[in-house]
Amino acid sequence: MSPAGAVDLCGIELAHPIINASGTFDAIAARRAFGDAVLERFPFSAYVSKTITPAARTGNPPPRLWEEGAGMVNSIGLPNKGLEGFLEADLPLLAELPVPLIVSVMATSAEQFAPLVEAVADRSEVAALELNVSCPNVHSGLIVGEEPDETAALMATLRPLTAKPLIVKLTPNVAEPATIAIAAEQGGADAVSLINTLKAAPLLVDGTPWLGAGSGGLSGPAVRTIALKQVADVAAAIEIPVVGMGGVERGSDAATLLAAGATAVAVGTASFRDPLAAERIRAELEALQPVAGGGSGKP
Amino acid sequence: MPARADSEPRAAGRGEDGRVPAPFGRRRGEVIANEPSGGYRIITALDPGGPLPAAGQFYMLATEGGWGGDGERPFLPRAFSVAEATGGAEGARLSFLVEDVGPGTARLATLSEGDGLLLTGPLGRPFSTPDELNPDAAGAILVGGGIGLAPLAIWRRTLASRGIPERSLLGFRDRQHSGGLELFRCSEIRLASEDGHAGHRGYVTDLLERMLAGDSARTAVVYACGPPAMLEAVRALCELRGVAAELAMESPMACGFGACFGCAMPLRSGGYMRLCVDGPVVRAADVETALVMGAGHR
Repeated sequence: MSPAGAVDLCGIELAHPIINASGTFDAIAARRAFGDAVLERFPFSAYVSKTITPAARTGNPPPRLWEEGAGMVNSIGLPNKGLEGFLEADLPLLAELPVPLIVSVMATSAEQFAPLVEAVADRSEVAALELNVSCPNVHSGLIVGEEPDETAALMATLRPLTAKPLIVKLTPNVAEPATIAIAAEQGGADAVSLINTLKAAPLLVDGTPWLGAGSGGLSGPAVRTIALKQVADVAAAIEIPVVGMGGVERGSDAATLLAAGATAVAVGTASFRDPLAAERIRAELEALQPVAGGGSGKP
Repeated sequence: MPARADSEPRAAGRGEDGRVPAPFGRRRGEVIANEPSGGYRIITALDPGGPLPAAGQFYMLATEGGWGGDGERPFLPRAFSVAEATGGAEGARLSFLVEDVGPGTARLATLSEGDGLLLTGPLGRPFSTPDELNPDAAGAILVGGGIGLAPLAIWRRTLASRGIPERSLLGFRDRQHSGGLELFRCSEIRLASEDGHAGHRGYVTDLLERMLAGDSARTAVVYACGPPAMLEAVRALCELRGVAAELAMESPMACGFGACFGCAMPLRSGGYMRLCVDGPVVRAADVETALVMGAGHR
């Protein structure tokens, strides 16, 4: 069987295993730039939206980007139209995409999360939700996705609200992501996705932070082997499917994540450099011969 | 004689704001010339099958080899306004003005004829016509600083082909940081240089201030591109005189098509625009200041 063939991601039928990482491909802006070719040649088998929050956010002050030799640091700050703006302005356009829609959501407490999840899950255009838990709980001050108990408590609130798949996006900024993944699974998550960006702070020689927000998150090829380790550890610890991502640039990178236990692979930073990178990655994945133990050897 | 980009645009194929949509995905162009021009280089590539851009639009550029593959910068593509574009049977010929100021521009500067130039574009919002900015417009004043003259060069040709009068004011820091004037051939140009090596000794905005003196401001429209301090001086002067202006701006950007949200530009009305899809040409009245943190990736 081709490694680039159809997969089942917690009940969502994907034509192939390559999806996008949240916040790395704005399908609406891409149509402004490239026209309807975006619909005709959509490179992902599912579309994960940029994270939406209950209220609109303008995002962080610039500069928001820093270039590294094998990646980049961003501190974008989740600019979005908020739930109401998303449902009115963006959802109808995203519903025109030829693939299942996964909506990424974030809030700063379970009480804020609940109505957001309910309102999004209620829409027939939405196939699944991704829970961005890389945010502090305003009550405890703890980052939800860094604490198994916080993650379990959030899932206890959200799981009863919808039958649609809930995918928990895991942060790599913990010693043992598998402990968070186990908490998510026990709380009723249908899948997990990882890795989010790694905390990073580009500084000038005098120690001044470059980024407007002071620090941000590292992505790109620099994080690939960290992602491989964490995806393998998580996949070994849980039964639910794993969406693997982190520095995927080539078909062999996708194959390696699949071999590490991922069911689907997300492309992120590579799409910035080439908006059709995911199409090439999928073609390269398809051309790879499955090898014993998976993967394609050293890239 | 190939058809000019600046002949009247085809009605078909233009989107919002007159922008020309880009083919989806990054493609390979081939370098056909890389010539020195003063302290800069003019790199011309053939873009087979690519459309002719509208003046003010930009491309994300990277070299085919030695870019993002060896764990060294450059990693991200670099945004360049197109300076000249002509069309023919073999595709679009695109020229870019490059100053070697960092790892990306240094790599681009080494390109030779036959090398691959990876490009995504044309992207972003182009210039508006003078009458769209001022119903009483009598013509256009183009104000360029340094390599910022690039988008004004193609805009000047477009205006000339439509019979719209234009005057160009170009400023440079010094002899080492100047060039690209051949892109303005057959144009009425006034020069300024901070070191006095060419034209007025001082800033290009001195020339603009003189030009906008008196009642000529009523029929003026200004288009500017250059370093942030120059753009801010132009913006403030035009605001003071009530002159409609568009600024072609620059910001670090990872993608160029609205995906990364890196090129946030503060709006006068609050919040931010994405310079790649809402610009790079912006109405001067829409921004609080042109003094933005962080030039483009070098």
